Amino acid sequence: MRLRFALLLAPGLLTFPAQAQDATSAAISGGDTAWMLIATALVLLMTPALAFFYGGLVRAKNVLNTMMMSFIALGVSGVLWALLGYSLAFGEGSAWVGDLSMALLRGVGLEASGSIPHLLFMAFQGTFAIITAALISGAIVERMQFKAYLWFIALWGLLVYAPVAHWVWGGGWLADLGALDFAGGAVVHVNAAAAAIAAVLFLGPRKDYGRQAMLPHNVPFVLLGAGLLWFGWFGFNGGSALAAGESAALAFVNTMLAPAATLLVWTLLDLGREGKVTAVGAATAIVVGLVAITPAAGFIAPWAALLLGAISALPSYFAILWRPRTRFDDSLDVFAAHGLGGITGALLTGVFAQTSWGGTDGLLFGNPGQFVAQLVSVLAVLLYSGVVSYLILKALSLFMPVRTIARAEAVGLDVVLHGEEAYTDGEGAILLLEHERANGTVPAPAPQPHPATS
Amino acid sequence: MKLIRAIVRPEKLGDVLKALFQAEVHGLTVTHVKGHGGETDLVETYRGTTVKMELHDKVMLDIGVSDHFVEPTVQAILQSARTGEVGDGKIFVIPVEKIYRIRTGEEDEAAVTPVTVTS
Repeated sequence: MRLRFALLLAPGLLTFPAQAQDATSAAISGGDTAWMLIATALVLLMTPALAFFYGGLVRAKNVLNTMMMSFIALGVSGVLWALLGYSLAFGEGSAWVGDLSMALLRGVGLEASGSIPHLLFMAFQGTFAIITAALISGAIVERMQFKAYLWFIALWGLLVYAPVAHWVWGGGWLADLGALDFAGGAVVHVNAAAAAIAAVLFLGPRKDYGRQAMLPHNVPFVLLGAGLLWFGWFGFNGGSALAAGESAALAFVNTMLAPAATLLVWTLLDLGREGKVTAVGAATAIVVGLVAITPAAGFIAPWAALLLGAISALPSYFAILWRPRTRFDDSLDVFAAHGLGGITGALLTGVFAQTSWGGTDGLLFGNPGQFVAQLVSVLAVLLYSGVVSYLILKALSLFMPVRTIARAEAVGLDVVLHGEEAYTDGEGAILLLEHERANGTVPAPAPQPHPATS
Repeated sequence: MKLIRAIVRPEKLGDVLKALFQAEVHGLTVTHVKGHGGETDLVETYRGTTVKMELHDKVMLDIGVSDHFVEPTVQAILQSARTGEVGDGKIFVIPVEKIYRIRTGEEDEAAVTPVTVTS
C-alpha cells in the first residue's frame, strides 16, 4: 500500500529548507532520492510522448493543435499543481479534499517525506497531475477552442484531479476503505476517461465524423509515442513505490510484463479477425496494457501481471471496434484505452493482489472484500469526474465558445487557432514587414475580388 | 470529348469524389496544387517571423469525359465542392483533340467509356 499520506509532516513546522535538511537528513536515502529524481523525469517525458501518440492519430491539419493540448498541460497543470493542486490533494483536509495549508508550496521543503525530500515528492506527483489532464484531450481533438481547453484543464486539475488524488493517496475516504491503487489506475486513468466521456457528450462529434474517413496522418509518430510512453511508465509505476527497493523492482518488472502480454493477445486478435497485424493496434495495445497494470503494479505477482495484461486486451479491443459505429466521437478512444483499461486493471487488482507481494490479499486469495473496495473506487471516480467535468464545460460555455466553428474544422485548427502549419514548405509565404501589419499583429484582409458574372 | 479540370478545397475532396462516383464518373486524376483564389490570406507566425500565406492548398481533378457526361460531371462538382465562401475553386471545361487508352489503344469516346472490371 502506498504510504504517501502517512509521510506528510505538519506543514509550516520547518520554515527554512536548509534547516529542514539538517534536521532530517538522516531520514533521507541517497539511493531512494536518486531513483525518484529519475522517475520524476521519466513521468514528465510521458506528456510529450502522449503528444506524439495523439498527434500521429489525427489529420495533418490538426497535428499541432493536438500535440499542444498535451504540451500546454506542462505549463498550466504544472504551475497550478505547485500553487494549489498539491495542497488540495495532499494537505491534511478532510476525507474528501485536502486543504490550503501547503498552498504556494508553503512548508514544502527539503525535509524528509518518507525517505526522499518532500519537494521531490511534490514534483513527482505534479508530473501525474500534468499527464492526467493531457490524457483527456484525446477525446476532443480537432474541434475544441484552445482557450476553452486551457480553462478546462486548469479548473479540472483543481476541482477533479486534486480531490480524487486526495481520496486515494492523500488519506481520503477511498484510502480508508482500503482501495488499492498503486500508481493511478483510478486516480489517473479512470478519472481522465470519465472526463473524456463528459467532454465528448458536451462537445458532440466532429463535423466530418461518420461521414468522411479521418485517418491517422503519421503512424510512425503513434509508434514513437507508444514506445516513449512505455519508457516513461517505468518511472510512473516504479516511482510510485517512492523508494528504490523491492516494491519498485516488482512494479518495474510488472510494467514490462503486462503490456507485453496485452500486445501479444492484441496481435492474436488481429490475426484471427483480419489476418493482418496492425501497427496502430500494436501501439494501442501497449498503452492499454500499461494502463491496466498501473493500479496493480506493486501488489501482484509477475505471473498475475502477465494474466492481467492478457485479459485487459479484450474489453478495449472490442470497444475500439464497436465505438466508431456509434455517434460517440471519443476521437482517440480515451475511454476504450484508459477507461476500460483502468477499470479492468483496478478490478483485477482486487482479484490478484497478494500480501506476500506487497498488496492486500484479493479475491483469488480469499478476500472478496478487496474486490468490492476496488469496484467502489472505480464507480466513485467515474461518477464524480464525469459529473464535475461536464459542469465545468457547461460553466465555461457561458463565458466563451467551447467548440470551434465548422469552417475552422474544415481548414484545420493548426492554422486557425495557432497560426502555424506542421508541414509547410513555405511556398507562397510572404514576409510581413512591420508597417504592413495593421495594429501591429493582424494584417488587413485582402481586398475582396468582384465575382465574375456569367 | 472534353477535359474537365476542377480545382477544389482539399477538405471537400471526399465529398466531390463521392458525388462523382454517384454520377458514375469513375476515371479521374487528382493533383495536389497550391493557388490563390482571392480568399483572405492566412497569417502565420513562427517565432519572430510573421508571414502571409498567399497560396492555399487546393486539389485539382482532371477528368476526361465524353460529351454527354460533361453536364452531370460539372453539376456533381458544383454541388459537392461549394461552401459559399471565397476560395471554393473553379471548373474548366476544355476541348480535347484526341484521347487514347494506353492498355488497349482505344481512341476518343471508347477510351473514356468506363469498362466494368470482371475478376
